[in-house]
Amino acid sequence: MSIIILFVGLLALIAGWWLARQRLAAKPWLEEGALGEFPGTEATALPAVKVGLGVFLAVVGALFALFLSAYSMRMGLEDWRSIPTPGLLWPNTGMLIMSSIALQWAKVSADRDDADVTKVCLVAGGVFAAGFLIGQLLVWRQLNASGYFLAANPANAFFYLITGLHGLHMLGGLVALERTIEKAWRGGATDQVRLSVDLCAMYWHFLLLIWLILFSLLTGWADQFVEICRQLLT
Amino acid sequence: MVDVPLGPAGLVPPAEVEDVELYHPHSWVTKYVFSQDAKVIAIQYSATALAVGLIALVLSWLMRLQLGFPGVFSFIDANAYYQFITMHGMMMVVYVLTALFLGGFGNYLIPLMVGARDMVFPYANMLSFWLYLLAVLVLVASFFAPGGPTGAGWTLYPPQAITSGTPGGQDWGIILMLVSLMIFIIGFTMGGLNYVVTVLQGRARGMTLMRMPLTVWGIFTASVMALLAFPALFVGAVMMLFDRVLGTSFFMPAMVEMGQQTDRNGGSPLLFQHLFWFFGHPEVYIVALPAFGIVSDLISTHARRNVFGYRMMVWAILAIGGLSFIVWAHHMYVSGMNPYFGFFFATTTLIIAVPTAIKVYNWVLTLWRGDIHLTVPMLFALAFIVTFLNGGLTGLFLGNVVVDVPLSDTMFVVAHFHMVMGVAPILVIFGAIYHWYPKVTGRMLNDTLGKLHFWVTFLGAYAIFFPMHYLGLIGMPRRYHDVADFAFIPASAHTLNAFITVVALIVGAVQLVFLFNLIWSLRHGREAGGNPWRATTLEWQTPTTPPPHGNWGNETPVVYRWAYDYSVPGAKEDFLPQNHPPIAPATAGAAP
Ligand code: HEM
Ligand SMILES: [Cu+2]
Repeated sequence: MSIIILFVGLLALIAGWWLARQRLAAKPWLEEGALGEFPGTEATALPAVKVGLGVFLAVVGALFALFLSAYSMRMGLEDWRSIPTPGLLWPNTGMLIMSSIALQWAKVSADRDDADVTKVCLVAGGVFAAGFLIGQLLVWRQLNASGYFLAANPANAFFYLITGLHGLHMLGGLVALERTIEKAWRGGATDQVRLSVDLCAMYWHFLLLIWLILFSLLTGWADQFVEICRQLLT
Repeated sequence: MVDVPLGPAGLVPPAEVEDVELYHPHSWVTKYVFSQDAKVIAIQYSATALAVGLIALVLSWLMRLQLGFPGVFSFIDANAYYQFITMHGMMMVVYVLTALFLGGFGNYLIPLMVGARDMVFPYANMLSFWLYLLAVLVLVASFFAPGGPTGAGWTLYPPQAITSGTPGGQDWGIILMLVSLMIFIIGFTMGGLNYVVTVLQGRARGMTLMRMPLTVWGIFTASVMALLAFPALFVGAVMMLFDRVLGTSFFMPAMVEMGQQTDRNGGSPLLFQHLFWFFGHPEVYIVALPAFGIVSDLISTHARRNVFGYRMMVWAILAIGGLSFIVWAHHMYVSGMNPYFGFFFATTTLIIAVPTAIKVYNWVLTLWRGDIHLTVPMLFALAFIVTFLNGGLTGLFLGNVVVDVPLSDTMFVVAHFHMVMGVAPILVIFGAIYHWYPKVTGRMLNDTLGKLHFWVTFLGAYAIFFPMHYLGLIGMPRRYHDVADFAFIPASAHTLNAFITVVALIVGAVQLVFLFNLIWSLRHGREAGGNPWRATTLEWQTPTTPPPHGNWGNETPVVYRWAYDYSVPGAKEDFLPQNHPPIAPATAGAAP
């Protein structure tokens, strides 16, 4: 459980930092007064959807942190047999990185009001992401073909479960991306397109980050870290 | 999905919102069924949760009938008894209390209290309710599934939850329970994002965080906690579903079932317990914090006095919210985990009692020399304080490892958690319904019926749960279908059990009076006017009652003061609404 505790601790730090700027020590009973007389605690200038996405990502982060906590605890029991890293995961990772880069590019060009480049980058991002998902399915098939069945060992089960969950989140992102592409194509209000592209890019980077963490765990690089976490709890 | 416009920079909501920009519904269906208006969603949530509450109440009757008169009701066999306690517990905790406080009160009160027109993501808000309804239907469907609902206990501990000895373990029961929970959590996440982001971004001009009513603080913090805690239950549910359906061994240890070695290998039941209680403990505060907030507002309004120590109340809410993530293992003292952990968790558990105690003191100090109006909401609020104090004190006992070990799984625990998270929040819910019903419907609930409802419920709840402490101390176990033949349980305890059962039936029946009152007063209640309690918070200042879609007519309110300006010296009335402009410029200049 130490991974989720670390994650919640991190969120608590962010929340604390934010709260520290909200004048929580003010004495509201003395502060009767007109607008703007008491500084600094109105809503932020960010659009609500962006804040919403930020909160949502915290929830998704908690979800994965919990899976990883479970992973690290289960790993310590005798029957655990790690699976060899499927080679295909490397190109898949590359695909996901490309996808993220494409969306970042889309974001930059949307900010520059360069509608054509934005459109191309959005589509490229979508294609790469789809490629990643197909690659992941291939990995599953390979593993299955070489006898690493879901129920055969907890290591396999975790691999399918966690990659599957990550894939589902990716899929959800693709739906949002598709709607953004539509919007960009219809050439609606640029403000709106810019915001949507921004949100997509944010989500993509986050899922990339999660994937990199998962990848390093699944390939065993992070084993030592996990070992430490487990020692803390037992 | 059209958002409520927040103005070009989103910084401060504009004073006027053009009518076309509000997504006004056009047909009966979009207005009352697939509605995106938070107030309609709130009523949908509340009505559904109350219906589930009735089912759970009937289940508690059946359990009590068995405990009070063992063997008389032959249809309650051991399996049925386990199914009843499981469904009763899970329904009450998740599908009634969480849904009512966050989905019901959260939806109704947050936008109105912070001066917003609606939630920030109305479409997701609507989906949230429909997913909740789906979750309820899936859960209720398990009563009709082959093998009946699961009887694993609301904690759903593996391995027993998915083995053949437990009702529903190898049938549909547990599957439907897990699926229903997953749907609920997804639905809740959609709602929760709304509650949190509306507080962050949807506040009216002048509504600084420290001017928010404590109700909003409570619901807001609870929503944040729920967003982080429910995923733990989700993870547990997914993994258990895999174990049950796909034959994995996340939680399932190697074991012998019905004389046969199963093909599972070394899974860890303890892992599930960690996940479950990482959700389960915050859950206690997810229902407690909104109750805390609401009670503060009820007391302040009905005692015509500002909340004592507002800042401390806010800090306490935040501290409780944070701390409750590091106490979960006090539910696992008897699970065989490392004893040093027990020590750590006992310490954090006792620390969390400090902010909680502060809140109790502050409520009492708010009442001190207040102009107390013993209205029905006030009666419920006072009853809450007493009950919560009672449950909190037994919690201090149970938080200590040496005291908890012998009391674990006895009726003492049942008494403790019913006092602290069963009865206490329910009392607040009743009080809150009596308080806000006039805003929702424009009419008052009948006072006489309300007092009858209050006294029977309050005294009855004590008559039910107080004796259970004693039963626990003499060793009567929890989750036992039949304790008739145990030598160490004296005959007097059986008489006591019969007494408790009779009272439980009466208390249950009185809830029908409440239901009748809810329906009857819709038509025949006294007209309430816009602000019958002469309260300061924004929801009472809407131009029309009940508030229309969009809440505020053409102009959203501007906030000039905190939520507790009651009995201010020099003011004409004994309360100043939050949107009342400053009275004396001299006092406003207090900040240099
Ligand atoms: C009319 C009021 C109620 C009565 C008479 C009642 C009665 C009972 C009884 C007899 C049990 C089973 C004890 C056992 O054999 O272990 C029980 C369990 C439980 N109740 Fe209630 N209850 C009531 C209201 C509530 C409420 C409002 C909650 C909300 C938190 C709640 C939550 C629970 C839980 C979580 C369990 C444990 C279930 C389990 O052991 O798996 N109850 N209740
Ligand atoms: Cu707890």
